[in-house]
Amino acid sequence: MTAAPSSAPLPAALVDIRDEFLALEVRDRLQLLLEFSNSLPDLPERYANHPDLLERVEECQSPVFIFVEVDDDDVAHVFVTAPREAPTTRGFASILAQGLKDLTVAEILAVPSDYPLTLGLTEAVSPLRIRGMMGLLGRIQRQVTEKKHAA
Amino acid sequence: MPAALDPSDAFTGFAHPERLVTTQWLADNLGTDGLVVVESDEDVLLYETGHIPGAVKIDWHTDLNDPVTRDYVDGAGFAKLLGSKGISRDTTVVIYGDKNNWWAAYALWVFTLFGHSDVRLLDGGRAKWEAEGREYTTDVPTPAAAEYPVVERDDSKIRAYKDDVLAALGTSPLVDVRSPEEYVGDRTTAPAYPEEGALRAGHIPTAANVPWARAVAEDGSFKKVDELNAIYRDEVGLKDGDSVIAYCRIGERSSHTWFVLTHLLGLEGVRNYDGSWTEWGSAVRVPIVKGADRGEFAAR
Repeated sequence: MTAAPSSAPLPAALVDIRDEFLALEVRDRLQLLLEFSNSLPDLPERYANHPDLLERVEECQSPVFIFVEVDDDDVAHVFVTAPREAPTTRGFASILAQGLKDLTVAEILAVPSDYPLTLGLTEAVSPLRIRGMMGLLGRIQRQVTEKKHAA
Repeated sequence: MPAALDPSDAFTGFAHPERLVTTQWLADNLGTDGLVVVESDEDVLLYETGHIPGAVKIDWHTDLNDPVTRDYVDGAGFAKLLGSKGISRDTTVVIYGDKNNWWAAYALWVFTLFGHSDVRLLDGGRAKWEAEGREYTTDVPTPAAAEYPVVERDDSKIRAYKDDVLAALGTSPLVDVRSPEEYVGDRTTAPAYPEEGALRAGHIPTAANVPWARAVAEDGSFKKVDELNAIYRDEVGLKDGDSVIAYCRIGERSSHTWFVLTHLLGLEGVRNYDGSWTEWGSAVRVPIVKGADRGEFAAR
C-alpha cells in the first residue's frame, strides 16, 4: 500500500478545525487553542501506567509523548500526552489527536506536513513554536509508517 | 512615582536588591498605583490558563521581537506596546514567568535596552507563586492606555554583536550558559527543544560553561550571594572590571545570567550576545571549539 498523493483531500475533521481557527480574529485563535488544550483526551489506562511505551517528541519545547496503534482494519489510533503547564504544546497535540481520530493509515500519511501552517496560528504563537507542531505531526506519521510495516 | 522597594532580607548581599521582589511583597502590593505586573513565558498560552491578578502579558516573540528583521522592536514599537499595557516611563514594572523566570529575565533585559529605569523580577517566578498556593485569575485586565515616550534603544551597553565577541576573544571572559551537551558539541539545540538552525556544534573559544539554571535554587528563587560568588567568581574566575559577554542559543537563557552577573553580583559592563549560537554556529569562518575544554583563541 502506498500513501495517497498529497493532492488527496484533507480529512474532514482537519478541515473543520482549520476553518474554525481561520474564522476567528488572530487573538481569539489563542483562546480556541486553549480550548483544544483543555480537551486533550486522557491516555487510555494501558499507556497512562506505562510511560516507557511512549515516544518523546524532541521538536516540542515541553515533554510530549506519542504512541500510535494500527488495528486490523488499518485504522490508526493516536495517543498523545503533554503536561498542563505547557498549554500550547497540549493544544497542538489535541488538534492532531482529534483531527486524526479514526483515520486510516493512508489518510494520515496523506496529511500534508505543512498542515500546522494553515491554521492561521503562526502569527499568534510565532513560527518557532508552530514548528513544534510540525515535528509532532511528522513523528505521528513516522510511527504510523513503522506500525503499518510491523502489522 | 515608583513603588516602594522590597526590604526582604532574602536579597542580602546582592548588588542591586531593588531589582527583585518576593512573592509576599508582590501579594501585598498588587493594585498599588504606579505598579504594573507583567507575565512573560516560554509558553504563549500559559498566561491564559491563569495569571497573577491584574498582570498583563508580554510575549518575548510576538511582542518584543521585530516580525521581519532579526532584532527587537524599535522605539516606536516599544512605546506602543508599553502604552497599550498601561505602562508609563515612570511605572514600576515587576516581571515574572515560567521556567525560573528565564523569559521574564529576557523581557527585563529588553526593557533595559530601552532604559526603563524601574523594572524588577519576581524572585521565584510562576513556580514559587504557584507552590505557595497564591491566587491566579483568568480575568484579563483592560488597562487604560498610557503615554509611553518613543525612546531609541541603546544597544551599546548591554548587548553584544558577533563582531564584539570576535574582538573580545582572548581579552574578555565569555560565559556559555547552555547545557553541557550543547557546549561540547554533541548537539546544537537545548535538550528537548526544537532545532533552531545552527549548522555547527561546539562553543566559542575561551568560553566557560555555566548552565544558566545553576544560579537558581530548588524553589525557583535565586541562590544566595555566597553560592553565586562561589560559582561565578571562584569557579569561573570572573572578577570586577571584566567585560563579560554571556551567550546561549538565541539570547534568552543568557539574559538570565546577565541579570545574575549585573544585578546580583554587581559586575559592570556585562553584555548579552543575543545572536548567540544560532548566529555563531552558522557564521562563516568564526572559530569553534569542540569538547569540554574552553579552548584557546589563536589569532588567524
